[in-house]
Amino acid sequence: MRTFNLKAIGLSLVAPAIAIVVSLLVTTLVIAAVGSSPSDFWSTMFEVPKPRSRIDIINQTGMIYIAAVAAAIGFRMGLFNIGLEGQYTLASYAAAAFAGGAYLSGFANVAVTLLIAIAVGAAWSGIAGVLRTTRGVSEVISTIMLNSIAITLVGYLLNRYGVHEGNTVRTTKIDLVTGFSPYEDRDGQIWTLTIIAVLVGVGFWLLLNKTRFGFDLRASGQSDSVAKASGVNPTRMIITAMALSGGIAGLIWMPALFGKASSFGLGTSFQAGLGFLGIAVALLGRNRPLGMLFGAVLFAFLSVKSNDLTFATDVSPSIVQITQGVAVLAVVIAYEVVRRWRAQLEQRAVGQDLVTATEAPA
Amino acid sequence: MRRLTKLSAVAAVAALALAGCGSSDSGGSDGGSKPAASKDVCKDAKGSGPKIGLAYDVGGRGDQSFNDSAYVGLKKAVTEFDGSCVEGEATDGEPESAREDRLRNMADAGANAIVGVGFAYSDSVNAVAPDYPDVNFAIVDGFDPDTKPNDNVAYLTFAANEGSYLVGVAAAEKSKSGTIGFVGGVHNDLIKGFEAGYVAGAKAAKPSIKVEVSYIQESDLKGFGDPAGGKAAATGEFDKGADVVYHASGASGSGVFDAAVEAGDGKWAIGVDSDQYLTATAAQKPHILTSALKRVDVATYDFIKTVNAGKPATSYTTYDLKNDGVGYSTAGGFIDDIKSDIDGYKAKIVSGDIKVPTKP
Repeated sequence: MRTFNLKAIGLSLVAPAIAIVVSLLVTTLVIAAVGSSPSDFWSTMFEVPKPRSRIDIINQTGMIYIAAVAAAIGFRMGLFNIGLEGQYTLASYAAAAFAGGAYLSGFANVAVTLLIAIAVGAAWSGIAGVLRTTRGVSEVISTIMLNSIAITLVGYLLNRYGVHEGNTVRTTKIDLVTGFSPYEDRDGQIWTLTIIAVLVGVGFWLLLNKTRFGFDLRASGQSDSVAKASGVNPTRMIITAMALSGGIAGLIWMPALFGKASSFGLGTSFQAGLGFLGIAVALLGRNRPLGMLFGAVLFAFLSVKSNDLTFATDVSPSIVQITQGVAVLAVVIAYEVVRRWRAQLEQRAVGQDLVTATEAPA
Repeated sequence: MRRLTKLSAVAAVAALALAGCGSSDSGGSDGGSKPAASKDVCKDAKGSGPKIGLAYDVGGRGDQSFNDSAYVGLKKAVTEFDGSCVEGEATDGEPESAREDRLRNMADAGANAIVGVGFAYSDSVNAVAPDYPDVNFAIVDGFDPDTKPNDNVAYLTFAANEGSYLVGVAAAEKSKSGTIGFVGGVHNDLIKGFEAGYVAGAKAAKPSIKVEVSYIQESDLKGFGDPAGGKAAATGEFDKGADVVYHASGASGSGVFDAAVEAGDGKWAIGVDSDQYLTATAAQKPHILTSALKRVDVATYDFIKTVNAGKPATSYTTYDLKNDGVGYSTAGGFIDDIKSDIDGYKAKIVSGDIKVPTKP
């Protein structure tokens, strides 16, 4: 029994290992092909990060992880919420605008701001859920369109109601929540609200494995008809899952808002692109809480360290986007290959059992 | 479920790849000299003069836009003062901490003059500068985001509305239809300044002129890197009867030029920032009336010069018509007949008789 467990763990690690090796290989080949030095590249990337980079990696990991969980909720249900980007852009703006209004103070302001972020994100993705259930519009199409609408809407509102300063426009600044600084002050702080990532991760695991809703979600994701047969209402499931996914998406940028940014400004303080990163990380981590944590750390590490590339090498920092992209693609392929190989192993094992079973009485 | 995974994997990879392709710049500028990748001044320059750090905006070198313009200034300074340099480039969707990290890396590497290209560096320079009192910083299009002044930061701003005013005059005088157009990359305050100057100049030259205004994006910075969007916007304006269209849309401008080519003879486009006649294709050249110049290269060079001389520039420096930091180009010779008119307006702006608005 013990050996079987070891084997199962080994097998589950094979696919990610293959994916990482492949992505490293492809990156190396690309760098060599353009005439740069791969060894310079890897020695720079794998250098121990500076203190401030370590802090950046932790903070970025938190946000990417929240985004990944938001994507995973959809995936587990068989929904592709590609609209995380628009959901968290709109939610971040709404939250920053509310917090900047200073209607409340201290802890209450933070708490209500977070609730607003969740509500706006959920409402925006809920539109896609309602469209899907009432009109049969694929959520892939509707959320992409909602992304465009969201960023245009935010730009309009920001231009109209924001604080114009220099060449930029932003929401009113808020008081930051003091974070934890393990090194010198100038190296920055680990944002307090990065704790949201931990809560979201634990919550996701509990939801999936310990609740009726989680069971229904997984059932619906695996087979519509089985879910229906066991009494799941698909309409309600789709809308709830979309809203939940969008609600979590609304939280993505909150650690940065209260930790560092203090206001929302497009092209300046607001960090765009986390929604798409989250989708990639959810795929990389196979929608599992721990797998996605690993993926988020990897992506954050690559992004932060890529900044050092321009100093030690002549490789463009954009190269890490190739590494990230190949990792996602490779992990999907590797899992499929390993799954087939495992199925074969199982078939053979069952076949052998049958042979011994039939031979035994004789 | 597995089909969904495959579909989404492809989509996610495409999103990552496209993010890498997207280029945008917040300067609303295009053209200029494109340096060959092999001729990298920072690779070879090992002089003992000033050590310069140049932090590019998204798009980086090779954007034929204002990042390249900054590089031209850097190159001139490095050669002239026998200095050395390090470069860093912003990636799309990077966090604020990445910009700070880039500037700190440069300061830690010993740079004594650091230039952030684009207003996006305003906050990060403000955070980093106090930690490095011996290093001089400059931000192109930048500003001080708080009330505490920094005595080692120079803010290099441009009166882009003044240059735009002059090309507005040119557009109105050259227009036969009585309608002209403006295409902005992103509807932000920076580009609105271009629009305001252009419209004011056109109305001054011909009060009855009609100006069609459109923006490619409301807020998404990809409006600066979207030639197809630029073409669509400009074509729409030509269709509405405009015969001269001015763009302030960065790399999207090439689409505006293409639209002018397709609109046929007698339809003009006006370039921005650098003299775009010089970098245009042979087909586009006969349609490029003039360009509004924004000399990021001059600003970059001037700043390094002051650092080298031991009297580093600080606080705000405005590059305007008076000090030739903005202006218009005459390459192609299409506006030679109205040059004296334009210079008349220029003199009035320099003397203060004409106040050019900064907001539409």
